[in-house]
Amino acid sequence: MYLRYFIALCALFTGFQASSQECNHTLSGKVMDFHDKTPLAGATLYIAKMGTYAYTDLNGAYSFENLCAGTYEIEVMHPECRTLIFPINIPETKKEDFLLEHHLEELDEVRVIGSIYSGKTNSGLENRLSEEALLQNSGNSLGDAIKGLRGVSSLNTGSNIVKPAIHGLNGSRVLVLNDGVRMQDMEWGDEHAPNVDVNAAGSVTVIKGASALQYGGDAIGGVILMEQAYLPAQDTLYGKTVLNGFSNGRGGNISTDLTKIFQDDWFIRLQGSFKRLGDQESPDYILSNTGISETASSLEFGKRTLNWGIQGRYSFYDAEIAILRASHIGNIDDLIRSINSGEPQIIRPFTYDLQNPRQDVRHHLAKISAYKRFQGLGKWSAQYDFQQNRRKEYDVRRGELNDQASLDLELTTHSVSTDFKWDAAEKIDLHTGLVGRYQENFPNPATGVRRLIPDYKRWELGAFVTGEYNLTANWSLDAGFRYDFSKIDALKYYQTTRWEERGYEDEFSDIIIEEVGSQLLTNPVFTFENFSGTSGIHYNRDNTTFLRFNYALSQRAPNPSELFSDGLHHSAARIELGDLRIKSETSHKFSASFERRLQKWGFTLEPYANFLSDFILLEPTGLEFTIRGAFPVWSYRQTNARLLGFDASAYVNWHTNWRTEHQMSLVKGKDMSQDLALINIPPVSFRNQVDFLKKEWHDFEVSFISDLVLRQNEVPPNITVFSPEQQQDVLLEINTPPPAYHLVGLSSSLDFSLGTSGRLTTSLIVNNLLNTTFRDYLNRQRFFADGMGRNIQLQIIVHY
Amino acid sequence: MKPFKSFILFSFGMLTFTACSDDEPAPEPINEEEIITTFTATFVPQGGGTTITLQSRDLDGDGPNPPEVTVSGDFAENAIYDGTIVLLNETETPAEDITTEVEEEDEEHQFFYTVGSSLNANLEYANFDGNGNPLGTAFTMTTTTASSGTIAFTLRHEPLKPNSGLADAGGETDLAVTFSVNIQ
Repeated sequence: MYLRYFIALCALFTGFQASSQECNHTLSGKVMDFHDKTPLAGATLYIAKMGTYAYTDLNGAYSFENLCAGTYEIEVMHPECRTLIFPINIPETKKEDFLLEHHLEELDEVRVIGSIYSGKTNSGLENRLSEEALLQNSGNSLGDAIKGLRGVSSLNTGSNIVKPAIHGLNGSRVLVLNDGVRMQDMEWGDEHAPNVDVNAAGSVTVIKGASALQYGGDAIGGVILMEQAYLPAQDTLYGKTVLNGFSNGRGGNISTDLTKIFQDDWFIRLQGSFKRLGDQESPDYILSNTGISETASSLEFGKRTLNWGIQGRYSFYDAEIAILRASHIGNIDDLIRSINSGEPQIIRPFTYDLQNPRQDVRHHLAKISAYKRFQGLGKWSAQYDFQQNRRKEYDVRRGELNDQASLDLELTTHSVSTDFKWDAAEKIDLHTGLVGRYQENFPNPATGVRRLIPDYKRWELGAFVTGEYNLTANWSLDAGFRYDFSKIDALKYYQTTRWEERGYEDEFSDIIIEEVGSQLLTNPVFTFENFSGTSGIHYNRDNTTFLRFNYALSQRAPNPSELFSDGLHHSAARIELGDLRIKSETSHKFSASFERRLQKWGFTLEPYANFLSDFILLEPTGLEFTIRGAFPVWSYRQTNARLLGFDASAYVNWHTNWRTEHQMSLVKGKDMSQDLALINIPPVSFRNQVDFLKKEWHDFEVSFISDLVLRQNEVPPNITVFSPEQQQDVLLEINTPPPAYHLVGLSSSLDFSLGTSGRLTTSLIVNNLLNTTFRDYLNRQRFFADGMGRNIQLQIIVHY
Repeated sequence: MKPFKSFILFSFGMLTFTACSDDEPAPEPINEEEIITTFTATFVPQGGGTTITLQSRDLDGDGPNPPEVTVSGDFAENAIYDGTIVLLNETETPAEDITTEVEEEDEEHQFFYTVGSSLNANLEYANFDGNGNPLGTAFTMTTTTASSGTIAFTLRHEPLKPNSGLADAGGETDLAVTFSVNIQ
C-alpha cells in the first residue's frame, strides 16, 4: 500500500517539474495507418500532463501549440485503432508522425510503443472472431459462432445446446469470460451450454490454453473472451437491429442495441434479443421436441475517460430448450433399440411447443467496475460481480410430477477482483491482480428426485503476476505465475448402499453427520491449492512473419460434478458417479505457431502437445440393475493423458475479386495409463471456402463453404452388457463413431447505405445446402437421430 | 489509493464473514417420489388352489444393490390364473401405490408379458385403456403341461398404441423384471 502512495507521490513531483518551463513550443505531424500509411482522420492526440488535446483533420494532420518544454507521453487514439502511447521530447521534437494499427478495434486497453502484437497474450495461440462472422451468427449460440475458428469444436446435445471445446477439451476446462466476468453457469454438465447471448458481445476471442493467467489458472482447454464493442469518444447515438429468419425450425430471432454517448464521456447502452424456433428437421424426419425460446437483455452505463472510468452492467439470459423426445430413455434395452433402429423412436408432427424433456435456464449477471490510469505508471482496475444461475431440467414423468423439474439448482456467485497494469516502461509490462470468490449452490428439494449436485459453498482466492519484456524490436518474452486456493464445503446425502459400494466407510467415516432412513447425511470439506505458470517467446518480423512458442502449466480443482455426482441420467441411460477422492488435475501444454501474413497469401501452422496428469475423465465401468432394468455405470476416474494436435489455416487472394480460405484441425487423445483412446475427441476436419467479392455491386459477397469431417477412428472400446429384454449379453455400441460426412454451405451478402450514417446489410446463408444425412460424433444425440438438414437463413442488419 | 485498500478489506471481510456461517440447518432428505421399488404380481387360480406371487423389490432404487427377486412357489398344470400387478414406492412411509397412477394414465402406459419359449404358459390382457387398447395391470395366465422358463414383465411409458408387441411399441421402459418359474 505504502509503495503505491510513494509511487504516486513521485509521479506528482515529476509533474510539477515539467510545468515550470517556458511554454511556446509547437508539435505537428500526421497520424497514419500502420500498414498502408493512409491518413487517419478524427484521431485524438492527448498530452495528459498538460491536459491538451489535438484532433487530426481529413488529411490526418494535427498540431499542438503553446507546449511547455519537457518530456511527455502523448496518447494517440482513434475509434478504430488501438490507443498507443509515445514518448515525446519538447522542444527537440517539432514534427512527429504516428502510426496506428488500424485493423484492430480494441477496448480501452492501452499498449505501449514497441509492442505491436495485438492479442491478449504475447505467445499464446489465439483467434479472434471477425465482427462480420459474429453478426452472421447472431441467430446462433456462442458455441456455433466460434466453431469456425481453427482448433475450436463443440460437444452438442442436439443443435441448441452447444458446448464449446478448445483443442479437444470442454466443460470446466474452458472458461467463458463475459465482459470481464467469469461465467459461473454450471459448466460441468455435458448438456449445459454457456448461458450467454452472442449478440451482447462486441468481439469474441478464443485463447487456446492457459497462457492468459489473469483470467484463471485452470483454463486447461482455453479461454473464450466476450468483450464489449469499442465506444467512440464523441457525443453520439447509434445502434443496430439484426433480424434472422430460419427455415429449419421455422422461426427466427431479433436482436437490437442502442448506444448513447454523452458529451461528458458518460454512456449508456441497451441491448436485447429474442429467439424462437420450433421443432427442427433432419433430411428425413422431424426432430420432435427440439424447439427453443431464448430471451436476453443487458443494460450498461458508465463514464469512460482516458484517466478514469466507472461502469455498471446488468444482463439477463433466459432460455427454454426442448430436448429431443426420443433421447429420453428408460433403460439399457431402450438405448440398444435406439442405436439399432437408426431412426428416432418417437417422431411427431411439427410443433412450436416445448415439451419434456426440456431445460429452463436463467442467468442474472450484475457487475460494477472502475479503473484509474496513473500517468507514467499504469492502470488500476477493480470489479465486483454477482451472478445467479437457475437451472431446471424437466424429465418425462408420471402424472403431476411431469410439471415438476427433476433437477432444480440455483448457483449464486459473488466475485471481487482488482488488478494493476504497469505499462509505463518502454520495454516491460507487468500485470498483477487478486480475485476472491464466494459461491453457493442450492438444490431445490421439491423435485422429488435425489440431488444430483449437493448443497455446497465454495470459496476461492487467486493471485497472479504476469510480465512481458520486449527484448528487441522483433522479439518479446513473457512469463507469469498464478496461485489459486479453493475450499468446498458440501452437505450431501448418500444412499447407505452407495456409500458402501464406493468404499467410503473407512476413509470418510468422520464426515458422516447423521443417518436418515436409508441415507447418510455427510459433510465433505475439501481444500485445493493450485499453481499455474506460463512463459513464452514471440517473434515478429515486419508484421508479416510471426513465430510463437508457449509453455503453460495449469492446474484445475475438481468441479462439484466430478466429486459428488450420484444418480441416474435419463438422457444417457447411465448412472454417473463422482468420487470424493478426486484431486486436482495438472496440464503441461506446449504450443507453437508459425504465421506468414502477406497481401497475396498467408498461412498459420499451430502444433501443440498437452500432457495431463491426474486427468479427470468419465467412462463406463460396469453395470447396475434396478427394477427399471440395467444401466451402465459411468464413473469419474483420474489417469494420465496426452493430447497431440495440429491446426493449420491458409488464405490466397487469387484476384481482386476471388479469395480462398483453407483450414484443418487434427487432435489425438490418449489415456496413457491404459493405452486407450480418449472419449469425445474431435475427429479430423477440413474447411475450405471460396469467396467472390465485388465492391461495386453494393459490396456483394458470396462464399461457398465445404466442411469435411472424417470418421473418428480412435475411440474407447464398446462395452458388453446383459440385456434383460434379450436375456443375453449384447455389445452396446456406445463408442462406435458415425461415418465421415461432408456438408456444403453458402453465404452471400449485399450492403446498402441508408442516409448519411445508416447502413443496411442483407444476407442469405444456407447450411447443409445439399440436405445431407449425417451424424456427428460429438453430438450426444447421435444415438437417437440424424443431424439437422438444410437450413436457409435470411438476415437483415440495419445500422443507424 | 483509498478504494484499493477498502476493496482489499472488503474482500477479506466478505471471505471471513461467509466462512463462519456454518450453523445453517441441514438440507432435508429427499425420498424419490417417482421410483418404483416393488413389483408384485399375484396369481389367483380359478376354482381354488395355491395363490402364487412373483415379486421384485429394489429398496435402494438406482443405488448399487440389484433387486431381490422372489417366487412364492410353482404353478399348477392346466390351470387358469387371474393375475394382478401392484407397484409400490416403499421409500416413502406409508408406501405409495403407483399402480393407481399408472391406471389413471392408462393411455400412456402398457404392460408387456414375455414368456420364455420353454415355458408352457400364455398370458392375456384382462384390462384396457379408454380407447380399448391393452393396459395390462390385470391379466389371465393359462398353463398347460409341466415345464420351466421365464416370465418377463415390461412397463412402457408413452408407447405407441396400438402396437403388435414390445418390438414396435417404442416409448421408454419404466420397469423390466424377469422371473424364473416352474409349472408342475
